[in-house]
Amino acid sequence: MLHTVNKSPFQANSLLSCLRVAKEGSAILLIEDGVYGALKGTQATPTLEEALKKHTVYALEPDLLARGVREQLHEGVKTVDYGGFVDLVAGHDTVQAWL
Amino acid sequence: MKFGIMVNEGPYTHQAADTAYHFVKAALDKGHEIYRVFFYHDGVNNGTRLTTPPQDDRNIVERWSKLAEEHGLDLVVCVAAAQRRGIVDPDEAKRHGKDADNIAPGFRISGLGQLIEAGIQSDRLVVFGD
Amino acid sequence: MSEEMGGEGAVKKFMYINRKAPYGTIYALESLEVVLIGAAFDQDVSLVFMDDGVYQLKKGQDTGGVDMKNFSPTYRALEGYDVEKLYVEKESMEARGLTPDDLVVPVEVKTSGEISALMEEQDVILSF
Repeated sequence: MLHTVNKSPFQANSLLSCLRVAKEGSAILLIEDGVYGALKGTQATPTLEEALKKHTVYALEPDLLARGVREQLHEGVKTVDYGGFVDLVAGHDTVQAWL
Repeated sequence: MKFGIMVNEGPYTHQAADTAYHFVKAALDKGHEIYRVFFYHDGVNNGTRLTTPPQDDRNIVERWSKLAEEHGLDLVVCVAAAQRRGIVDPDEAKRHGKDADNIAPGFRISGLGQLIEAGIQSDRLVVFGD
Repeated sequence: MSEEMGGEGAVKKFMYINRKAPYGTIYALESLEVVLIGAAFDQDVSLVFMDDGVYQLKKGQDTGGVDMKNFSPTYRALEGYDVEKLYVEKESMEARGLTPDDLVVPVEVKTSGEISALMEEQDVILSF
């Protein structure tokens, strides 16, 4: 399954809740304010690193760039553009939005 | 592949309407079909033609109307959510005694069944919200 | 997981995820409206209540002072619409100091792991 998370880990528990129920081997795509969860050097980075052990984590590049945090992207996170977002949805049987 | 899209937030306040739009465009560019874009909760506010956003910023409502026209998209605004928030087409205006309507070109007002049907008929249903 | 289906008689597994508290925002009420309308389509429906969504089911909601419609009785009507799979995430319920006795309707309490497995079975997941 593909999970999208659009909340900053500092704002809401969406990423944590997603990780609590996402089956091992899921794809997690961080979009909108959710990209703040894709960074290194923050207090949310340990959560991300735990997630990276079990899942593939992506971040939507336009959202990283918009927020000026592209350079802080954690090396374990893959970036996609909107076309890649579409491919991720097409490539997984179901998509779940964590709002 | 056929995509159903659900947009739960209005223009500008949340990024949902933007992300949904860019997703839809990318999907169309890749040759996918958009079965329907269904606007719910404050998402119905994407369907008013009365917005006047700043000139130097994207016009979210017009952008949807234009995309709908270019690609024959089915943009559906939920009737119950629209009634709560004052998004009105000529029929609804007449039915409820309103002195105006405000629906934007390319949008139509219909029931929640259209969302369920989109879920049934599409290969993927993608939700954009807050 | 059901295969891609279309046409007459297609039955898909629809899951509605409720993670938000009632009244502070409209999502709880309007998602319930989707469930009620959706019931007419005879799909395989389940509802998951997790995070603050468990508060939607809390007994004893008295909305007179806030002048908002108390829609919690509607959860009891779901059974009449053949919507019977109501799952509450155990971790969310316990984190909020709640037990099934605090809820307006009988539910199945599931662990995160069980919810995870249920989610993987779904064809369509609606989040509000």
